[in-house]
Amino acid sequence: MIEVKRIYLDHAATTPADPQVVEAMQPYFSRRYGNPSSLHTLGAEAQEGLQKSREQVAQMLGTEPQCIVFTGSGTESDNLAIKGLAWHKKRGHVITSGIEHPAVLETCRHLEKNGFSVTYLPVDSQGLVNPEHVAQAIREDTILVSVMHANNEIGTIQPVKEIAAISHEHQVPVHTDAVQSVGKVPFTVDDLGVDLLSLSAHKIYGPKGVGALYVREGLKLQPLLHGGGHEKGLRSSTENVPGIVGLGTACELAGQRRDRDISHMRRLRDKLIAGALEIPRAYLNGHLQKRLPNNAHLRFTAIEGESLLLSLDEKGVAASTGSACSSKKLQASHVLLAMGLTEVEAHGSLRLTLGRGTTEEEIDYVLDILPPIVEKLRKMSPLWEA
Amino acid sequence: MSLYSEKVMEHFRNPRNMGEIEDADGVGTVGNPVCGDLMTIYITVKDDRLEDIKFKTFGCAAAIATSSMITEMAKGMQLEEALRISRDDVAQGLEGLPPIKMHCSNLAAEALHKAIEDYRSRQ
Repeated sequence: MIEVKRIYLDHAATTPADPQVVEAMQPYFSRRYGNPSSLHTLGAEAQEGLQKSREQVAQMLGTEPQCIVFTGSGTESDNLAIKGLAWHKKRGHVITSGIEHPAVLETCRHLEKNGFSVTYLPVDSQGLVNPEHVAQAIREDTILVSVMHANNEIGTIQPVKEIAAISHEHQVPVHTDAVQSVGKVPFTVDDLGVDLLSLSAHKIYGPKGVGALYVREGLKLQPLLHGGGHEKGLRSSTENVPGIVGLGTACELAGQRRDRDISHMRRLRDKLIAGALEIPRAYLNGHLQKRLPNNAHLRFTAIEGESLLLSLDEKGVAASTGSACSSKKLQASHVLLAMGLTEVEAHGSLRLTLGRGTTEEEIDYVLDILPPIVEKLRKMSPLWEA
Repeated sequence: MSLYSEKVMEHFRNPRNMGEIEDADGVGTVGNPVCGDLMTIYITVKDDRLEDIKFKTFGCAAAIATSSMITEMAKGMQLEEALRISRDDVAQGLEGLPPIKMHCSNLAAEALHKAIEDYRSRQ
């Protein structure tokens, strides 16, 4: 077999764990293996690991350690925020957007089956929620507003601060899924004004299987998991100590490297977008400025995303698409459809997401191979009229 | 394990008989771009045999590979014989397709049958 280059441009899906993260986790597998709930020295060592991580996460978010709840994933954090609050309130109305990650959307749909009502706000053609719509949707019985900080597909950064201000005028708490924005957008929980915030380790060069939820002090949630009362009763389960230690280190590094990461990724991303848009009838999806610095979401007329993705993979480039043909449900991306793209347009979409380690040579390589791939697929397509 | 068999990927990489036939004797189009798959098969017929066959396809790797596969299978066949090629034959020729792709993307047999019907309706 011919050795092909591996160029990873799918950092919105997951990221490689940073060597410093792996190093920090290492002792907690078979040396500091104690249960943090145990009173002996080994237990105390593990407890120290948890505490340090809680401080690292809190510091990055600009908050206090007691506001951080460790979970098993970003999805679990979203579930705990939304269902935890809903079960506590017992009934009411929730406002969210139509372009949320399934972790939020499906949780809201589950609430609807359980007697809650939900408003799904529309987005404009660039994928932005209008804060005015939040104001219009708030009712007497609204218990929560949940709008993601940055979209996982098109990278659009939502006006969460404005949405939170409006919601708080009506004493409605606000949750945001910040899984994609941590380390890529400078913010603290107080900047955003949110009461609940979800994050995930593996999107920020940490391990898979661990996340966290920020819970503003005084906000009451019902746990999803009952048991030994870990995490102040909000998440019973013996803690995933190595994972949590990895999350803490990843957060610390994200905080330290954020500004450099942002300018590095933005420069290369802008070069990638500019180069790709030189291809005839290629378009950028999402907002030009209000977007994650690492996100390039493109669409090419008359070709289908899965073919494009596999052609890139053959050349060693890992990407993603919103085409129905690549999804398990064979449905086009709900995000692209909500922005008003047609099904056919959604099929031709390609998401390239850069990382901390992406190099200029890699972007140049992609810009070399992309035009002939698009041309080949178009030559094959009955929809293409040159 | 990857989604597709090596044979599917091989046809996807190097599609056979890709293109249009200008003065085709029969043309068959199936699929819907809304669903992500649209294929057109062009044929020329001589002495009741498929003398030439070409395709154009918009769609996923499975759609492209099945189009390519059927042109390879059918070229030179008697029309009656070509009409007996089924979706399953195409999938088998490709060493299988993922179950989810069997129905949406495996349209090449229909496209060929439609092209033959089109040829016959012109006679």
